Amino acid sequence: MLKFILRRVLSMILVVLIVASATFFMMRLLPSGPFAREKKLPPEIIKNLEARYHLDDPLWKQYVDYMKNLLRGDLGPSFKYKNRTVNNIINDGFPVSAALGLVAVLLAVAIGIPLGIWGALKQNGWQDSLVMFVALLGVSVPNFIMAVLLMFIFALGLHVVPAAGWGSFKQVILPAFTLAGYPIAFLARLVRSSMLEVLRQEYITTARAKGLSERLVIFRHALRNILIPVVTVLGPLIAAVFTGSFVVEKIFAIPGLGRYYVTSINDRDYTTILGVTIFYSALLVFMNFLVDLTYAWLDPRIRYVERKVS
Amino acid sequence: MGKGRLLYEESTVTCLDSCIPGLILRWSFCHTVSEGSCSGGNVQPGDGACCDRSGYYDPAIAKSWTISADRKTYLFTLRDAYWTNGTPVTAYDFEYAWKRALSPEIASEYAYQLYYVYGGEAFNKSIKVGSKYYVQAVDAKGNPLTKKEGDKDVPVPDLKKEIDPSKNIGVRALNAKTLKVYLQSPTVYFLNLTAFPTLMPVCKAVVSKNDKWASDVKTYVTNGPFRLTEWSHNEKMVFVKNPTYWDKDKVKLTKITYYMVEDESTALAMFQSGQLDAAANVPVSELPKLVASGDAQILPYLGTYYYLVNVTKKPFNDVRVRKALLLAINRVGITQAITQGGEVPALAYVPYGIADAVPGSDFRKASQESFYKDNDITTAKALLAAAGYPNGKGFPAFTLLYNTSNAHKSIAEAIQQMWKKNLGITCTLKSEEWGVYMDDRQHLNYSVARAGWIGDYMDPNTFLDMWVTGGGNNDTGWSNKSYDALIAKAKATTDPKARMAALHAAEKILMTDMPILPIYYYTNPVLLSKGIKNFYQSTLGFVDWKNAYMG
Repeated sequence: MLKFILRRVLSMILVVLIVASATFFMMRLLPSGPFAREKKLPPEIIKNLEARYHLDDPLWKQYVDYMKNLLRGDLGPSFKYKNRTVNNIINDGFPVSAALGLVAVLLAVAIGIPLGIWGALKQNGWQDSLVMFVALLGVSVPNFIMAVLLMFIFALGLHVVPAAGWGSFKQVILPAFTLAGYPIAFLARLVRSSMLEVLRQEYITTARAKGLSERLVIFRHALRNILIPVVTVLGPLIAAVFTGSFVVEKIFAIPGLGRYYVTSINDRDYTTILGVTIFYSALLVFMNFLVDLTYAWLDPRIRYVERKVS
Repeated sequence: MGKGRLLYEESTVTCLDSCIPGLILRWSFCHTVSEGSCSGGNVQPGDGACCDRSGYYDPAIAKSWTISADRKTYLFTLRDAYWTNGTPVTAYDFEYAWKRALSPEIASEYAYQLYYVYGGEAFNKSIKVGSKYYVQAVDAKGNPLTKKEGDKDVPVPDLKKEIDPSKNIGVRALNAKTLKVYLQSPTVYFLNLTAFPTLMPVCKAVVSKNDKWASDVKTYVTNGPFRLTEWSHNEKMVFVKNPTYWDKDKVKLTKITYYMVEDESTALAMFQSGQLDAAANVPVSELPKLVASGDAQILPYLGTYYYLVNVTKKPFNDVRVRKALLLAINRVGITQAITQGGEVPALAYVPYGIADAVPGSDFRKASQESFYKDNDITTAKALLAAAGYPNGKGFPAFTLLYNTSNAHKSIAEAIQQMWKKNLGITCTLKSEEWGVYMDDRQHLNYSVARAGWIGDYMDPNTFLDMWVTGGGNNDTGWSNKSYDALIAKAKATTDPKARMAALHAAEKILMTDMPILPIYYYTNPVLLSKGIKNFYQSTLGFVDWKNAYMG
């Protein structure tokens, strides 16, 4: 097990370094740079700025310097948010996005999984159609429409929550539901189809034949087996949702990390582009790693040790 | 919310230091989302030498000043004013702030606003060796000298030509209350520039010891009507009335909270549900309704929206073609049906609102208010025919470039239709991401492109000097020697009448050659609760809450 973990950690570091390198060189292929303004800056001022941020060094040297700093955990200064480092930006933004993401994931699990089970148990009934309809809606309605709809109904219409902003629990509700919309639908569909498959398995027939109650059959025998696909998608889902969404954070004016994935590229804020990309990819590979570990716990057939052949 | 408290919306704030690369509040509050051409609102945490209130100068920290006959030497006498840490604001703070903004290692983006000060540009361009600054050496031909250091080109300093910031820059504190400024050349709008953030003083005692003073609310020492007490990045900034402000009796608001809201529709929803009292951006589609209900106001804004024409490219190198394009645009239609923000159709380049030589006069109205007629299709057709393209026959298809935005797109679509219908010429629309668009503009890799310009100060020069040959913002390839000469003349002339005459003549040349196609003069719509009284926003877009109150 230890050997497996060690090997995985090394490969994770490698993946992140490859992502960092690819991003570094790809973003430098973009036309224009961080100091392009509609009112152009005089060339001498651009020179001063480039010297300040070492952008006048040869590219390979900038790369080596960046990688050295990266290994020490230093993501460098932001070019756009003067006086702030990328570490600051992530430290400030991530807790906000993660808090919102946590609520959204909990909602997705608490709503999506039961919906899926319900649909599967009432296969082809009206309940099933309803579940599938909700799932279709959740998958196909874009989050910016969902956000505006929710804001219009619950903030401007019913006045039960504030329209936007951050700081109180009430301000979490609308963005969390917006964020959870797609995962709820996705999980419901996934759970429904997995459940249908599991229910056809022979051990379920056996369990029913033994005279177990339907509740026991579902919760003890079937549920555990549908958890594997659920956990598989939850890993990357958590990484994606916890690191914030550009659209949701923009519409609800939330000071999270999501905006930087888009704005840093538009601003050619090189260090921020790299920082948030590396952060997201690190979190993603880590979540996938956790998923793999969870498999071993969920499915006794999966063991990450080499068995001694006796 | 209680009386005297105000909730306001702005998009993003990037930096508070008035001279570190970014800027003090107001400019970092760029309308990045909607426009791209900068100039936003501010809360004036610092008070400069004087405040400009559209045309007249309102003394701030400087209570009086004298200007020498050659208009190059300014002597400011400062009033008794205090920083938020209780220490007095002195002339030394001004001297320190200006030199700091100019020093090359600070790399201030807006250092050029101090190039008017004697020696300022040379200092900003100098090379630092150890603790001393030197002029860059030149070779026999006068080209700047560089040498290879590894793979890097490094400028070579001329060790015989030192620049000593304590001697060679035209700003000096004669004593704590007197600031002497010596300019490179007479600059009639210099007083106006002193209200610009880069020229605001910083507390020398604090800033010289702490480079990161502006990144922490505790060390952010200011001298304006309000002081910052809380800053949650990308969320909100809280300002409270500053008890050490010299004119505090006039300040009625006790607290202002700025929320950073990037989405205009969100800001509107927050305004309508009572979360905001005012907002700097208004969704265009809702504007007419909001103006009618009194929730939005349309304020003047010193800016022009226009199209650039690449004059180095056939057939746009023919002035008749450019004029035909210009005249075949229906500006009234665009401003009334598309932009709907009370914009004024532009029949010239410099917008309304800038004083001419005679006090009380307007540059736009003083000489020639318009240079052409709007929607003049007959003349447009005739010009196009004269250029060899009767009814657009044989006119090559070209692209109309704009930076990605729905507003620019709607305008471009309308103009595409007008050119098609009125002139029989076809263009395709091309939308590009900001950086790519800027790059293509700069390298003249376009035919016709959208652009806009917001004035930096209240003088026609801020609009006109950009079109000189090789000017950093002249992305048209256009060059005219008489024009260059007139702009140079205006810069060197101290007589207000002769100066304005030169600028009028320059604009006339620009409007004869037409490297640009003016479309409309900007306005600045704001959402403003009916309870807010005495709200002031300058035509440059600077918000001043000093005298505002909740009625």
